[in-house]
Amino acid sequence: MSTEPLVTVENLGRIYDVSKPWLNRVVERAPIQLLTAAAGVTFSIARTETFALVGESGSGKSTVAKMVVGLVPPSSGEVTIDGISMTHRRRSSERERLRRRIQMIFQAPYASLNPRWRVENIIAEPLRAFSVAQNADEQHKRVGELLRLVGLDPADGVKYPHEFSGGQRQRIAIARALSAQPEFIVCDEPTSALDVSVQAQILNLMRDLQRQFGLTYLFISHNLAVVRHMATRIGVMYLGRLVEVSPARELFRAPRHPYTRMLLDAVPDLDLTERGRKAVEGEIPNPITPPPGCAFHPRCPYAFERCRVERPVLLPSAPASVACHAVEEGRIKPGAGVLEGAVTP
Amino acid sequence: MSASATPTPLESAATAPERKRWAALRDSDTLYSFLHSKVTIAAAIVTLLIICGALFAPWIAPHNPFDLREVNLINSNLPPAWMAEGNKDFLLGTDDQGRDILSTILYGSRISLSVGILSVAFAAIVGIVLGLVAGYRGGAVDTVIMRIADVQLTFPAILIALLIDGSVRAMVGGQRNEEMVFWVLIFSIGLSFWVQYARTVRGSTMVEKSKDYVLAARLIGIHPIKILFRHVLPNVIGPVLVIATINLALAVILEATLSFLGVGLPPTQPSLGTLISIGNNYLFSGEWWIAIFPGITLAALVLAVNLVGDWLRDALNPKLR
Amino acid sequence: MTDPVLSVRNLRVEFPTRRGTLTAVDDVSFDIMPGEVLGVVGESGAGKSMTGNAVIGLLEPPGRIAGGEILLQGQRIDHLPYEAMRRIRGKRIGMVFQDPLTSLDPLYRVGEQLVETILTHSKMSETQARARALELLNEVGIPAAKARIDAYPHQFSGGMRQRVVLALALAARPELVIADEPTTALDVSVQAQIIALIKRLCAQYGVAVMLITHDMGVIAETADRVAVMYAGRIAEIGPVRNVVKSPYHPYTQGLMGAIPKLDSEADRLTQIPGAMPRLNAIPRGCAFNPRCAHVFDRCRAERPELIPLERSAAACWLYDKASQPAETAS
Repeated sequence: MSTEPLVTVENLGRIYDVSKPWLNRVVERAPIQLLTAAAGVTFSIARTETFALVGESGSGKSTVAKMVVGLVPPSSGEVTIDGISMTHRRRSSERERLRRRIQMIFQAPYASLNPRWRVENIIAEPLRAFSVAQNADEQHKRVGELLRLVGLDPADGVKYPHEFSGGQRQRIAIARALSAQPEFIVCDEPTSALDVSVQAQILNLMRDLQRQFGLTYLFISHNLAVVRHMATRIGVMYLGRLVEVSPARELFRAPRHPYTRMLLDAVPDLDLTERGRKAVEGEIPNPITPPPGCAFHPRCPYAFERCRVERPVLLPSAPASVACHAVEEGRIKPGAGVLEGAVTP
Repeated sequence: MSASATPTPLESAATAPERKRWAALRDSDTLYSFLHSKVTIAAAIVTLLIICGALFAPWIAPHNPFDLREVNLINSNLPPAWMAEGNKDFLLGTDDQGRDILSTILYGSRISLSVGILSVAFAAIVGIVLGLVAGYRGGAVDTVIMRIADVQLTFPAILIALLIDGSVRAMVGGQRNEEMVFWVLIFSIGLSFWVQYARTVRGSTMVEKSKDYVLAARLIGIHPIKILFRHVLPNVIGPVLVIATINLALAVILEATLSFLGVGLPPTQPSLGTLISIGNNYLFSGEWWIAIFPGITLAALVLAVNLVGDWLRDALNPKLR
Repeated sequence: MTDPVLSVRNLRVEFPTRRGTLTAVDDVSFDIMPGEVLGVVGESGAGKSMTGNAVIGLLEPPGRIAGGEILLQGQRIDHLPYEAMRRIRGKRIGMVFQDPLTSLDPLYRVGEQLVETILTHSKMSETQARARALELLNEVGIPAAKARIDAYPHQFSGGMRQRVVLALALAARPELVIADEPTTALDVSVQAQIIALIKRLCAQYGVAVMLITHDMGVIAETADRVAVMYAGRIAEIGPVRNVVKSPYHPYTQGLMGAIPKLDSEADRLTQIPGAMPRLNAIPRGCAFNPRCAHVFDRCRAERPELIPLERSAAACWLYDKASQPAETAS
């Protein structure tokens, strides 16, 4: 196994044009409106590790996931998987071969399976697309194996998706993702539509499969506790930008960026330590008109003049990279662990 | 050993879905709602009767109205069989040329229904394909297709049909080619209906294309055409069936209107509309049966098809269930 | 001892379908005291929302209350005619739903809706009502309430809308607030704000709250007592600390173990095998028995009632003196 990272994402950005149609714009004199869904996102994922992106709605984590697998073309930057560029215009034949090694698991197990297809055909679609199975017999056998692998009955193949519960559907989606034997799987909120007891089953299954097949995961979630359980390294996103990248344990032991601290404080406390959630001021700003400087400054207790005018960049350092002027200037120390009480400015 | 073991999974794979499909049909909500709506059952029976009559006209019609050897002017303008001067050979009477009305109705429904079905099929295919492409591609392609559809809607269907009929006649030099009239009708009726399909399909396609199963197919590099027809189409076809049923009734009426106005099918190849048009000339001279019986058939067919369409719309709409 | 604000006795909700009658809520009983927050927690299909809808008389047809009683301040409200129930909703029972837009009319300004609610339920002049509306908006923490009182619902963000809904629910000074998944559609950081707000307002107004959610975290932080529902029945009910920290029912134990926690290094999460049964296939005996690790013969044959234990109660044969459990619960 090489020490090179499997996936490298460099300076990835995506801008959407959300202005009104041309005619309306001319008549109403409305300006062109651009939404920056992601900007300057840089990270890498080593083989067999789980890199997680966390953030709230509008943080751009799903957009990044879709750019990594090539479903959304980036406006800027580059994604490289095993040394092959996913974004470069040429070398498309290499990219075609790369497709087989990448898969994705989606959030809603209701929408990710075509309701008019039998489960067997849904799982076999990648087998046919990549000509993995030689004939119908082999395909049938392989689908049966996959169903058993994810804890379903091979006889379930003849059923339609609506005959299954949410958790079973997510198992089918996982079987499909595994069918062409990928190395890298992007999981976009794979359990946020599921009940807790089913979520536990799916998360355990995903970890087992990762170990069994040496999979590499990019795991997208808004739930810090789930991320804590799954990830080896974590990137925290806010309004389209990475604000902190840190090894999982380090992030929870000593969060650095004020937004990370805020997120950790907002996690419900199940141990009834009377810690109480710290109610944070304000809400996520409109991404069409983000605040100048650091996008987090209107909600940040540590904000000062520089934060309002100058956008902080992600400064790579060990163990954690942070994009924050206050941290850079040493005005706030790495959090002493949120569970022991939060830092005051 | 393996030889004896292999047939089992193959067999079960082949027969199980078949059995399941029947079971699913038996306790489906659609069948249930059908069996519990008497109006729909009656409408379906009427529709089926007229369709069967049209389909088997050559075998069940008492006479062949187009066979000149069978037509005798002596029998012209006979009233229905139960009236004083009626002849029991001609149950619903005869027209001015001595043709049996019942037989002309059976043959006429055949022509009316063919025009209706073919024009709806034409409209549906054009509409579905354009709707799928517009919805899936979006952007300029979408704008162009939908603007054409908007323009199309500003012309009434009859006007389009008259225009096309006129231009075809001008092209072939005034000669009304009977074979061609049939296809011109289908083309012009179909052309005035496709917009509805395109709009509906485009709307549903835009919803479906952003669903994860389409993304999952794109991810493994399935060709867009294949995605459209294998993934998107089966999921947007429901509303299309409803529109098609209701359009079938409209198409039959439109054809009748055009034939009545004289731009439709000629008297030698009469549709229900042509029959009414012919009968209209005799309506006030006492031979009411020539117009009334085809008229009743047309009304019954259109009403019945519409009722079936209404039921289908409600049955397929999950919100009304 | 004070009387409960809401008393639900042996509530049973049925859905007649053409394939037989489904029982969505089966023999559910609980009380809520003034100023108390009762959390009703369960996974999808447990019947928690159905219980809430039955209380406010908004069961979706063909669902109907097939048995039991619902008492608001000792007065039966489960068989009231629609009009009378409508007057109780809004005035005596406030409602907060997952999607704020279901409670807010998009065509009216926020202030107008508040004033209307205040006026229908109490006698005062329009100017007084408007002043009261402004006061409410300030109380639920809408910044610059004076400027935003004439804004339309769509001009507010999700969190702000839920605040407005809370103001609307409290406008008529109700005795009871039913909150059905009030924070589920919100981001974590905003969730914390809304939870804090619900807690503060309920204490301040002395309202009883029925908080329905699937999120154990929200319950742990907000509720005083918890009812855990499974397949239409209450599996366990008790003070939040007892239920969260030392649950009795094997289902509650499994549920708590299944939640990933920030401070655990566990490699695998505890998982409960299988899934909640569908309403048309609820197993005989204890509904949880096919998934239960401690199952014994009696569980498969007999349905357990809630058995009182120290401060909680659990519907599990393990705690019945008469039965001979194969092993003791942890």
